Amino acid sequence: MGSALACDDVYLPATVSTAVKLLVVGHFAVGKTTFVGTLSEIRPLRTEETMTQAGALTDDLRGVPDKTTTTVALDFGRLTLNDHLVLYLFGAPGQQRFTRLWEDMTRGALGALVLADTRRLEHSFDVMGLLEEYGLPYAVAVNRFDDAPEFAEEELREALDLLPETPLVTCDARDPRSSTEALISLVQYLSAREGQEPA
Amino acid sequence: MTAPRPGRRGLVRPYVITEGRAHPTRDTFDLVTLVIATGAEPGALSPEKDRVLRLCRGGALSVAEVAGHLGIPVSVTKVLLGDLADDGLILTRSPVPSARPTEPRILQEVLDGLRARL
Repeated sequence: MGSALACDDVYLPATVSTAVKLLVVGHFAVGKTTFVGTLSEIRPLRTEETMTQAGALTDDLRGVPDKTTTTVALDFGRLTLNDHLVLYLFGAPGQQRFTRLWEDMTRGALGALVLADTRRLEHSFDVMGLLEEYGLPYAVAVNRFDDAPEFAEEELREALDLLPETPLVTCDARDPRSSTEALISLVQYLSAREGQEPA
Repeated sequence: MTAPRPGRRGLVRPYVITEGRAHPTRDTFDLVTLVIATGAEPGALSPEKDRVLRLCRGGALSVAEVAGHLGIPVSVTKVLLGDLADDGLILTRSPVPSARPTEPRILQEVLDGLRARL
């Protein structure tokens, strides 16, 4: 059952005064859009940003004549958590070249959930590197695909080169409960980190 | 400069919509800054600002939602919202997020809110 506060309305309840955001990141086709769509109380929205010159400098477009702009899409959803707090989930592409987008997304973000696929674990390195560069704490959730091999947690940790404290969970991005639990693991970790930091 | 022709959405370049500006007049808009119309009566508005203002009249939305609903890039949306705020037509509702705003209280509330959904 959804909470009484969760509504299909386009607009936020009038009492909501604080908005926070978490990022859902990962490589192409890892399930970011599915994850956001599973949890969002509104139809997930997409914004598109055209990246011109500044992005093109670091873009690998050699051999593609006359291509100076590229469009990057950002999918996001919303969860009203109580009468004054709303959480936004941004499903973000992991490409380094969209620097301005990453600055925008990470500014003020609480943390990130990295979605990974056991068939292509090495594809997660880029996005994990980016998060570290931006100083954003993250947890890793292996999105279970039906035909993907299963590994022991230790093997996955080693393959992903995770720090001992980085949470690693599995989830099914199509399932609301499983996806909510993955987010809870992330927020528990963020909360514990916050408690450790000197005041 | 040629004035943008009204009613030709999708053919108008973003820099025309924003009157050539790439940045808003203020740096107060994050993707999740909440905006709402003040209810003040506008003077003459460009078609794009009019669309933004009409959407914002219905209630509070984040900057990202305004961009998503109207199909306008976030960067352009911020410029339009900045102008509307300068004219007293919209208000921002959430504080500007700092680099790392996390108060333990907020994290605990997020955690409680997520647990309540299980």
